[in-house]
Amino acid sequence: MPSEAAAEARPPPQSFHGSRATIAVIGNPNTGKSTLFNSLTGLRQKTANYPGVTVERHTGIAMLGDQEVVLIDLPGAYSLAAQSPDEMVAIDVLMGGEVELEPPDTILIVVDAANLRRNLFLVSQILELGKPVVVALNMADLADRKGIRIDCEELAMLLDSAVVPFVATVGRGIDELKQALADALEQGPANRPLVMPEVRRAAKTIARGLPNAGRTALEYQTERAIIDDGGEAEKRLANLGGDEVAGKILEIRSSVGGDESLAAVEAKRRYIGIDYIMKRVETRGKPVQSIFAQADRVTNHPLIGAILFVLVMGTVFQAVFSWATPIMDFIDAGTSWLGGSVRVLLPAGALSSLLVDGIIAGVGSVIVFLPQILILFAFIIFLEDSGYMARAAFLMDRLMRQCGLSGQSFIPMLSSFACAVPGIMATRIIPNRRDRIATILAAPFMTCSARLPVYALLISAFIPQQHFFFGIINLQGLVLFGLYMLGIFAGIFTALLLKRSALKGPTPTFLIELPPYRLPNLKSMLIRLFDRGKIFLVRAGTIIFTVAVVVWALAYFPRTAAIADQFDVERAAAATILNEEALTARLTEINNAETSAYLEQSYLGRMGKTVQPLFAPLGWDWKVSAAVIASFPAREVVVAVLGTIYSVGSDVDETDARLANRLRSATWPSGQPVFTLGMAVGLLIFYAFCLQCAATIAIMRRETNGWTWPIFAWAYMTTLGYLGALLANQLGS
Amino acid sequence: MQSRSMTLDDLKPGQKGTISSISGVGPLVQRLMALGLLEGSEIAMLRKALGGDPVEVEVMGYALSLRRDEARRIEVVTGDAV
Repeated sequence: MPSEAAAEARPPPQSFHGSRATIAVIGNPNTGKSTLFNSLTGLRQKTANYPGVTVERHTGIAMLGDQEVVLIDLPGAYSLAAQSPDEMVAIDVLMGGEVELEPPDTILIVVDAANLRRNLFLVSQILELGKPVVVALNMADLADRKGIRIDCEELAMLLDSAVVPFVATVGRGIDELKQALADALEQGPANRPLVMPEVRRAAKTIARGLPNAGRTALEYQTERAIIDDGGEAEKRLANLGGDEVAGKILEIRSSVGGDESLAAVEAKRRYIGIDYIMKRVETRGKPVQSIFAQADRVTNHPLIGAILFVLVMGTVFQAVFSWATPIMDFIDAGTSWLGGSVRVLLPAGALSSLLVDGIIAGVGSVIVFLPQILILFAFIIFLEDSGYMARAAFLMDRLMRQCGLSGQSFIPMLSSFACAVPGIMATRIIPNRRDRIATILAAPFMTCSARLPVYALLISAFIPQQHFFFGIINLQGLVLFGLYMLGIFAGIFTALLLKRSALKGPTPTFLIELPPYRLPNLKSMLIRLFDRGKIFLVRAGTIIFTVAVVVWALAYFPRTAAIADQFDVERAAAATILNEEALTARLTEINNAETSAYLEQSYLGRMGKTVQPLFAPLGWDWKVSAAVIASFPAREVVVAVLGTIYSVGSDVDETDARLANRLRSATWPSGQPVFTLGMAVGLLIFYAFCLQCAATIAIMRRETNGWTWPIFAWAYMTTLGYLGALLANQLGS
Repeated sequence: MQSRSMTLDDLKPGQKGTISSISGVGPLVQRLMALGLLEGSEIAMLRKALGGDPVEVEVMGYALSLRRDEARRIEVVTGDAV
């Protein structure tokens, strides 16, 4: 190997920022990196976003003896060659390229011993960064299973870095690893041989002429820009250095590589070095075939695999839908109980209403999503860690490509039938940014469980009970099925549209490793599950809660004494002429009418009346308009709001025949029915398309790291809903 | 048996070959090479999905999935005669 020093002009050892040293953790996908990260940091973790990209910034605190250090978990990668801003995050973190980030003091590389050769490619790139490096060699059971023996001492000598074998599940090697990290933090910059010394030299010369010259981050970026033809580093450098630098890069490429691309030169040189190491450190014994190694014959079999896949997905879907229901009902019941108790304890008035209808109901509407999110993510994490997720992508790729997406989009789309929030959170497994955003935009069209109450109410009220084909097919069921299909087609249409316009670009590669099946680590699974739950509660929770309180205020204020007086008179009148039982019934009726009267002159009611002309072409009166506005934060709210407006009481649900009857008999002042068939079908279509879910918008903002896509999605889906409802109402009348 | 040149997607499940060249430049090729698919690497077709796309291959002892269009860029040589 060439022997030019990597660290000749590097700055002195990095100072610890604050009192804590930082360690970046990197490795190939499927190396057990996150299990190791979780076992080093436990629950002391933080998840945020890097500025400008959709990658998560995952950090945790670990104790090395009595020293506290910050661990930064980087996304899994096979190479430092970055082809998108998201992949560039690794280089930015490792070299301190982002202004607000300081480079780490030490790099921890997690390596799968069973795939040492391929893993060493990334290792050889990392070693050239000139920092102290610790290689954590995941022995798990795989190395033994394949009969591989690795000479760790020899490997450490050849790599010029610490090598620590570990098995995270049984805690083997964890103490040694901590010791090695503590030792590495004491070391200065490392002086290791380079594979492409002529490129490093040229990069330094070019970087000297650039703005912000002198930063090692810039030098390394320039080096990657020279090697990675068409990569992200080259794009960044072109912005920084213009045509002059672009010309220099072309010159170096041809002088070093000749006819060959520098990427090819780099790969060949690295693998020559790697093969030299492999010969000295690895001995392969007689391989022992495990049942897991044979499993792909079944799970990826064109026919059996497909059947198995349907069964697995069926189980997940069923679990998210039905296992969560009792817990969600329990939360709903708990919320109502708590609200009821507070209403009894406090005197009636604004405070009581704020607590009960605003805060308790608002918090309840956030927490009620949690069971579905946790159950779905328990499955997703299990499928991911066990290795089945990659097979699912393999099996579904062809089908999903017809929709302009890839196999990795399937699970998020399927999850969205329960709830778009976990579905969008699950898009993190999609490596390509354009595919990921297209999936995020298509996901909210899938019929989620919150649409069901709305569908159930409107279908039972306006679609006649008719049976076809000897009673097997029923019209109401057919309409429900049609609404599901409508969502699916709208989602596919949206993804295709975006992939042909705003998200147009070269077809992303579909190179995915199909890792051997393994049993996931329970502790690591639980930590990640906890993390997902926390993200939802904190990030989405705050927005949903705020919106819930705002809508409460719009529906509550202003309060006029005239209404209170009028209904007090009615109550008093009823009390004088009715006996106990009839009185209770009459009082409930009066109270409901009072609530409804308040709502009519509340800001929400006035808004309903103000915007009603806009919705008149859809056949909506002010009551429907107000209910639709109130349900923008959460679509299922429409049932309760309609209950209040039609003075049945706000505690109605979709199975309530009273509400369905009131809707059927609602009329315009002229005596014409409000809910015609065309209008009702239009309303159904509106709810099928419209993005009425603050939680989805909040999570979209988080996952796309900006407001552009959530705002676009909201405007696009609302427009689509409006046009759909307009069409249905016009055709129906 | 004569050695003949074909692309990776032509291999039948269970069939082995040696990569003779990878056509083109750019991100895909760079990724393939980082993953150990170089000239001279041995590669085996493990299985194909319905309709023959994508395919699952074994290289350096691990399983990798790639699309047919991607596999077409990789030329392989099979057969025992060299």
